[in-house]
Amino acid sequence: MIDAVIFRRLMKLIVWLVLSYTAYGQAEELMTFSSPVNQTRYDALVKELRCPKCQNQDIADSGSGIAKDLRHKIHDMIENGQSDKEIVDYMVARYGDFVLYRPKHNAATFALWYGPFILLGVGLVIFAVVIIRNRLRRKGENV
Amino acid sequence: MRKVIFFIPLVVFIALGIVFYLQLGKNPEYMPSALVGKPVPKIHLVSLDTDQVVTNMGLPKGPYLINFWGTWCPTCAIEHPYLMRLEKQGVPIIGIDYKDDKASAEQWLRNKGNPYKMVLLDELGNFGVNMGVTGAPETVVINSKGIIVYRHQGAVDDVAWKTIQGYMQ
Repeated sequence: MIDAVIFRRLMKLIVWLVLSYTAYGQAEELMTFSSPVNQTRYDALVKELRCPKCQNQDIADSGSGIAKDLRHKIHDMIENGQSDKEIVDYMVARYGDFVLYRPKHNAATFALWYGPFILLGVGLVIFAVVIIRNRLRRKGENV
Repeated sequence: MRKVIFFIPLVVFIALGIVFYLQLGKNPEYMPSALVGKPVPKIHLVSLDTDQVVTNMGLPKGPYLINFWGTWCPTCAIEHPYLMRLEKQGVPIIGIDYKDDKASAEQWLRNKGNPYKMVLLDELGNFGVNMGVTGAPETVVINSKGIIVYRHQGAVDDVAWKTIQGYMQ
């Protein structure tokens, strides 16, 4: 009999814990969009922008206060009819290139974007030169 | 001549080693503000002291500091006595009560003293976003031409003040 009582209490506790956990999970903001397109744009933008307070989290993923503020800001800007470019420019003007997960193509990021291809090209040239030289040398030995 | 080529990888390795070594120990969270070199963004905030709207016209003429703080922020409490000392030295500081409510801000200033020339309320943090603020406390240095010249994240202390002082012209 006592076992049944304890069991029931335990079940109650588990149910309470599970319920309170889901309540906690949904404590964050619920956003409504005027169109599914806006929703899609929002989802893409918050993954494209880095949280300025965090080392490596996008705005969508971060629970920090500033990320929450910026999510609201992006939501408002989208609903006000501003373009993706305007929103990204707005963020970069305030938080710098740091917020971009895809760095811009400019002089400072040239090596970052094109360095690997340049190195690959240099490597291929060296490879070709070595092979041709060896071949020429072998021909010379045969004669 | 051919032998020299074999040393190229070693030279590259040493060069990379030096570059990486110099980066060690740097604070990865340090970020220069994107607003450095730009004028103070448009201000339209309610003053805590007078309940009046303050715009850019109401800002000090000489070099001054804008300090973002909130009663919810533990580091701001640590920073507060230092700001009081700066105020005694005559440093003009504009306080932005960041994402806070008026009543607790008033109580905080009554209990701890008010180091600010004026306190403006940014309850929703919109002005903070316009200033590129990521949290509190944050302190921005404005020079006598009204241009943002430096941003310090975290509490102002002796070390930070030395750097900030250099920008106060």
